[in-house]
Amino acid sequence: MKPRRWPLYTVLAFGYAFLYVPVLLLIVYSFNESRLVTVWTGFSTKWYGELLRNQQLLDAAWLSIRIAATNATFAVVLGTLAANALVRHGRFRGRGGFELLLTAPLVMPDVIIGLSLLLLFVAMQQTIGWPDGRGFTTITIAHLTFSMAYVAVVVRARLAQMDRSLEEAAMDLGARPLTVYLRITLPLIAPALLSGWLLAFTLSLDDLVIASFVSGPGSTTLPMVVYSSVRMGVSPQINALATLIVLFVTVAVIVVTLALRGGGGGRAR
Amino acid sequence: MAAPVPNRPVRDRRLSRIVNVGLPYLWLGLFFLLPLGIVLRISLAEPALAQPPYTALWEWLESGMVTIQLNFGNFMLVWADDLYLVAFLNSLRVALVCTLLCLLLGYPMAYAIATAPERWRLLLLMLIVLPFWTSFLIRVYAWIGILKANGFLNNFLLWLGVIDEPLAILHTQVAVYIGVVYSYLPFMILPLYANLTRLDRSLLEAAADLGCRPWRAFLRVTLPLSRAGIIAGSMLVFIPVVGEFVIPDLLGGPRTLMVGGMLWTEFFSNKDWPLAAALAMVLLGLLVVPFVLMQRWQQRAEARGS
Repeated sequence: MKPRRWPLYTVLAFGYAFLYVPVLLLIVYSFNESRLVTVWTGFSTKWYGELLRNQQLLDAAWLSIRIAATNATFAVVLGTLAANALVRHGRFRGRGGFELLLTAPLVMPDVIIGLSLLLLFVAMQQTIGWPDGRGFTTITIAHLTFSMAYVAVVVRARLAQMDRSLEEAAMDLGARPLTVYLRITLPLIAPALLSGWLLAFTLSLDDLVIASFVSGPGSTTLPMVVYSSVRMGVSPQINALATLIVLFVTVAVIVVTLALRGGGGGRAR
Repeated sequence: MAAPVPNRPVRDRRLSRIVNVGLPYLWLGLFFLLPLGIVLRISLAEPALAQPPYTALWEWLESGMVTIQLNFGNFMLVWADDLYLVAFLNSLRVALVCTLLCLLLGYPMAYAIATAPERWRLLLLMLIVLPFWTSFLIRVYAWIGILKANGFLNNFLLWLGVIDEPLAILHTQVAVYIGVVYSYLPFMILPLYANLTRLDRSLLEAAADLGCRPWRAFLRVTLPLSRAGIIAGSMLVFIPVVGEFVIPDLLGGPRTLMVGGMLWTEFFSNKDWPLAAALAMVLLGLLVVPFVLMQRWQQRAEARGS
């Protein structure tokens, strides 16, 4: 007797509606003429114009993008090293602690990470004089700590399911391990590196709490500007910003997913 | 005494281990573990009007002796003042209720996706992951417009004639529940999906052949086998939600105080760093048990999978 599928699909449809209706409303009302976000008065793109003239917001966005790109690049390096350690080095001494340290930042509440890193930076400044003040560097370091953990998860999955026969062939032909890694392994896991980079980039771009703790005067990130504006209530400019972010993310995720599927996803298995 | 010179493969492998294990270890030790130690230290200090605003724990006296001053007052205050206790209890309640709600909604969704026709799965899964990539802050913001007094939900219900006057939902506990479930649902669905796709379908066929009804087969076969996924998803929701700051701050009201908000206020408004550190330590202590539980299940599932 086959179970009926329709109750399951009803829940699924409800779930997708729950996930998507709020974002769709946000996008639709970014084209609303009225300042009152929830009352439709007519089509207009004026909020996009105002958004592009909001210098404070643009400065913050530029800072956030620079932090996110720096963070993502280093996070891919550190996260890939950590994934190598877990997949390729088997049972090394201290593996349990290594995994614990790598998983903890994924679930640790932001307030604890933010507060603890700020206290570290203050203590470091007192004892060794670095970092001098807080801003770009301290925010990037803070973001790297949790970003690398996410990258490690993505790259680890890819490394674990990868076909090793090409590496073995290269090894048999006399290539040194580093050469094999750079010439064979890295190209094979490139899609995972790309999606890890994007994940680290968006996580950094999105972080409010940790950045608030470890930033200093003059280094206001985009989420901090959005947060202080949102606390005042709804604002059509934020709707316009949200639409641009959703557009960017959707395109990026689709491109990466297609790359993951086309770029060796089939071959790897 | 000279060590024997290792041959090249051994040396290469040792070097590789130093880089791959050592560098991430060093980074996490320096920027994750050490900071937690400093939080512990400062939670035992007293607030002071200084830069930074707390007292030193030890002082070197001229006689060469060290005086150590530990102040447990911050922890006593957290324990004694009802306000903090209420905030902790409220955080745990929100996390528990939202984990259950995520499970109730997420399990059928994950099951539907895992058992959907192969060609649909990637698309359905992508639609779950996509919101996870979109700005968290902005997705929470979207709910302000929906839930407020003249927001979409109230206007819609008024138009339907279900209600006569707007419901007060924004700035209540209900709004916090909605916001949390909305934001954390993908964290529940993804591990459940990963677990359910690995499920051996022949077990269900065997159960059906032996005359077991589908609902019973689900309860006796599928549900027990997906326990690892349920635990992983629940912990991925529960642990961060206990310390959540943004959602209760934007969607909640004065009566929905949670620990994350308390810590934020003590730190940013009251500038009481030691008290904020003490709150962080208590929060950390609460989360250690579920975290270790999650880690153990994850390793067990991995050992079984490989």
